Amino acid sequence: MNPVAVQHRKARLVVVGNGMAGIRAVEELLKMAPELYEITIFGDEPHPNYNRILLTPVLAGEMALEETILNPLGWYAEHGITLHTGSRVTAIDRVKRQVLTEDGCSAPYDRLLLAIGAAAAIAPIPGNHLPGVFSYRDMSDVEELTRSSELGGEAVVIGGGLLGLEVAHGLRARGMGVTVVHRRAWPLDKQLDARGGALLQKAMEDRGVRFLLDKESAEILGDTHVTGLRFTDDSEISADVLVMTIGIKPRIAIAQAAGLQCETGILVNDTLQTYDPRIYAVGECVQHRGQTYGLVAPLFEQAKVAANHLAEYGRMRYQGSVTSTKLKVTGIELFSAGDFMGGEGFEEVTLLDGNQGIYKKVILQDNKVVGGLLYGDTSIGPWLFQLMRDGTDVSAFRDNIVFGETHLGNSGHAGENQASRLADGAEICGCNGVAKGSIVRAIREQGLFTLEEVRKCTKASASCGSCTGLVEQLLASTLGGFYDSSPKKKALCGCTDFTHQEIRDAIIQQKLLSVRQTFARLGWRHPGGCATCRPAVNYYVRTAWPAEGLDDAQSRFINERAHANIQKDGTYSVIPRIYGGVTSPAELKRIAEVAERHNVPMVKFTGGQRLDLLGVKKEDLPQIWAELGMPSGHAYGKALRTVKSCVGTEFCRFGVQDSTHLAIELEKGLERMWAPHKVKLAVSGCPRNCSESTIKDFGIIGVDSGWELYVGGNGGMKVRAAELLCKVKTHDEVLEMAKAFLQMYREDAQYLERTAPWVERVGLDHIKAIVVMDVASRQQLAARLDFALSQEKDPWAEAVSGCLNIHAAPLRRIPA
Amino acid sequence: MEWLALGSIEEIPALGGRYVDTPQGQIAILRNENDKIFAVSNRCPHRGGPLSEGFISGKIVFCPLHNWQIDLEKGEAMAPDHGCVKTFPVKIEGRQVWLGLEGVTP
Repeated sequence: MNPVAVQHRKARLVVVGNGMAGIRAVEELLKMAPELYEITIFGDEPHPNYNRILLTPVLAGEMALEETILNPLGWYAEHGITLHTGSRVTAIDRVKRQVLTEDGCSAPYDRLLLAIGAAAAIAPIPGNHLPGVFSYRDMSDVEELTRSSELGGEAVVIGGGLLGLEVAHGLRARGMGVTVVHRRAWPLDKQLDARGGALLQKAMEDRGVRFLLDKESAEILGDTHVTGLRFTDDSEISADVLVMTIGIKPRIAIAQAAGLQCETGILVNDTLQTYDPRIYAVGECVQHRGQTYGLVAPLFEQAKVAANHLAEYGRMRYQGSVTSTKLKVTGIELFSAGDFMGGEGFEEVTLLDGNQGIYKKVILQDNKVVGGLLYGDTSIGPWLFQLMRDGTDVSAFRDNIVFGETHLGNSGHAGENQASRLADGAEICGCNGVAKGSIVRAIREQGLFTLEEVRKCTKASASCGSCTGLVEQLLASTLGGFYDSSPKKKALCGCTDFTHQEIRDAIIQQKLLSVRQTFARLGWRHPGGCATCRPAVNYYVRTAWPAEGLDDAQSRFINERAHANIQKDGTYSVIPRIYGGVTSPAELKRIAEVAERHNVPMVKFTGGQRLDLLGVKKEDLPQIWAELGMPSGHAYGKALRTVKSCVGTEFCRFGVQDSTHLAIELEKGLERMWAPHKVKLAVSGCPRNCSESTIKDFGIIGVDSGWELYVGGNGGMKVRAAELLCKVKTHDEVLEMAKAFLQMYREDAQYLERTAPWVERVGLDHIKAIVVMDVASRQQLAARLDFALSQEKDPWAEAVSGCLNIHAAPLRRIPA
Repeated sequence: MEWLALGSIEEIPALGGRYVDTPQGQIAILRNENDKIFAVSNRCPHRGGPLSEGFISGKIVFCPLHNWQIDLEKGEAMAPDHGCVKTFPVKIEGRQVWLGLEGVTP
C-alpha cells in the first residue's frame, strides 16, 4: 500500500481592507512569522496601500499621489500576498469561513482580519447626494475635488473640525474661494477653547478662508448640481463645490450582518478579537473599551497586538491609547491633548500673546498635567504630552511649565527647541550630522511614523539622544494630525515587546539568573539579543540577584569588559582610583614611572580629580595595572565614578566641614557600585561649593550645623541643578542616605537613565518619602547596596591575579 | 590559500570575539549564539573600530565605537549606513577553528 501523503497546507489569512492599519498588521506579522500564512488582501480602492495622512498635501498640490504610496505592488508580490484591489467585500460567511465580494468571488479563511476603516458621515439633509457634494476620505475624493477646483468658483466646507480646516486650506491653495460653515461658536471646538479658536479663525481668515459660525445647515440647493446651501435661519450662501467634513463613522455593516457584535464600531477585546475568535479587527472600524480611534499611532499599536496573536505568540494586550492632535495646515501650529477646557476642580496655567498669535494653556490636577492646548508655538507639545502620559509630578517647575523643558535649566540645545522654525539645512542630530531637511524627507518619502523608524532610517537621535525632542517635533509637524508621539508602552528594543519594567519584574518574580535565561524565558526574537538589550538585561539580572546572578562579560559593553575606556583608535585609557582626589608624592611618582616605562602617549588630569593614562594598547593593560598597584577607577563604566572634594577644614580658611575625609569615606563605601548609568558625587566643605556639588548625581555641601544633601544634578549633556534631599549631621548619616538614595536609583531607574531624568520622572517627594521619611526602608536599601557591593571585587586586581581574563592578547599571531 | 589553525573554539568567548594578527592586518574572529564562527577584517568601515570587541548576535556585529551594524555574511554595513569589510573563510573541525588566508606560509 502506498503511504498517503499528508498535505500540510498553510493556514489562510484573509485581510479585508488595504489601508494603513491592515497593512501595518500584515507587516508586523511578516516580521514575526513570515511563513505562517497564505495571505489574501481585499481593498476597495484601486491603489496599493498609501499614506492617508498625506491627502491634504496632495489636495493642496504640494505632493503627487505616487509619492504617498507606502507599499508598492512589488511589496505584495515579494511576500507572496494575493492582492485584490478595487474589490469590495460584501459579506462574511462565518459558517463556511469565507468572504464574498461584490463581483462574485469568494475567499476561504482560517483567520480573518477586518481593517475596513471608516466612512465620512453625511449630513441627513435634502440635496446631500447632488453632484458637486463631496466627502473627504480617500484618494478618489481628492482626485474629484482637485478636478472640480480647477473650474474655480466658491467652495463651502460644512464642518469646522480638523479635516474641514485642512480641506479648506487645500482648496484655497487651489485658488477657490472657501467658506467654512460650523455649528459651534468657534472652529475646532473639540481641540480648542474659545480663545484659541478665535486666534485660529483669525489666522485662517488672513489666508483668505471665510467662516460662518453658529450655523446649522438645512438644505443643499440645486437641481442638477449644487448651487448653494440654506441654513435653518433661512439665510443662504452660494456654492459650486460643497464638502462635508462633519465626522467619520466606523464601517460596521458587513461585520454586523455576519453577527459580530457592534456598537459605534466593531467590538474587540484586548487581543483585538471580535465576537468570533477567528476574526480580528484593527483600525478605525474598531471599538475598544468604548473608544474608537482615528489617529495613526493607536492604530499601529492595535496592528502590533493583533499581529502578535495572529503569529501565535499570544503575549501582548492592547490597553487603549492616550492621544493628542495637531492641525496640519502649513504655517499654523496647533496642539491639543486630554482635557484642555479645565474648569471646576482643575488649575490652569496660561500664556496669551495675542499680537504674536501665541496661546498656551496647561490644565493641572493634583500637580499633574491632565491636558493642554498650544497655539502658535507647539514646540513643548511632545514634552507636555509625555508629562501627561507619565503622570509626572510638576510641582517643582509648574511656574515655568508653559515655557517648556528648555527653561528648566535643561538647555541641551538652547534656542533650538523650535524645530519647525529651523531651516532645512539646520543640523538636528549633532552626533550623526543629520539635517532637518533629510529627516523631513525621510518621513515623507519612506513613510515613517515613529521615532524608532526615523532613528533606523536616518540615524537622527540614534546616538546620545539629546535631539529626541526635536525629532519628535519634526514627526509631529510633518505628519500633522495623525502623529501621536511615542507609543505609550516602549519596548526595551526590537528584540522584544516587553518594557524595561516588565523585564525587571520577570527577572525578579521568575528568578532569572542570566541574560540567556531571560532571553529564552521571555521569548526574545533574536536569541543573541542586540547591543541595546544585552547590557540592560545583564544589569537588571545583576541588580536583582547580586549573589547568584551571572555577570556575563559578553553582555557588557567593551569598556566594562576590558575595564578600560576604548578610544577612537582602538587604544584604551587607564584611570586608577584616587579616593576623594587626594593623592601622595609616592603614588604620583609610581604613576609617572609607569607612564614613562610604557611610553604612554598622553597623561591628563580628568574632570574628576584624577589622572588619565591615554593611548594604552589592550595587550599592555594587565601589565600596567600590575605596576600601578591601584584599584580600578571605574571611569569606563556605568558605575560610581569619582567623589570630588574641595580642601575643607583641614586647610581652607573658609571651610566649615571636613570635605576631603568625607569624600574618601564615601568613595571607599561606594566603589565598585554598578548603576543604570554613571554616578558622580562631590563634597564641598562650605556653601561656596567649590566642588560643584549641585551638578552631581549626589552632592554634599557642608554647612556649620552639618551637611546638606542634593540629588539629581547634572553638568553634562543637559545641565540640571540638583535638588535638596535633606540635611543631616554626621558622616555616618551622609553615608547611609547616599547608599539608600543610590540603591533606590539602582533598583528603580531604567538602564541608561541618569539620576537627573529619573528624579524628574518619579518626583523628589516620592524619593524623600522612601529614603528620608521612612527609616526602615532607608536602612533596608542601604543594606541591600552593602550586600551587592560585597559581591564585587576590584577587576584590575582580579585580572592581575589571573582570576579575570580580558583577552588582552590576540588569539594568534600569524607571521608573513 | 592556506588553512591556519587558530585554536579551540572555547578560546573565543560565546557571543564574543577575539582577533588575529596577520600580515594583512588584524582579523576579527567572532562567535555567535549557535557557535557559528565569522572572520572579517577587524576595522569597521566607518571609523576603523575594532569589530572583535563589538556585540555579536546572529550574523550581525555591532561596532563598539558608534554602533554601526555589520552583516558578517555579506561583509556589508546594514542600512542606513554604507561600507564593506573583507570576509575570510573559516571552518571548524572538531573544536578546532581554522582560518583561510592567502599569501601566508602555513
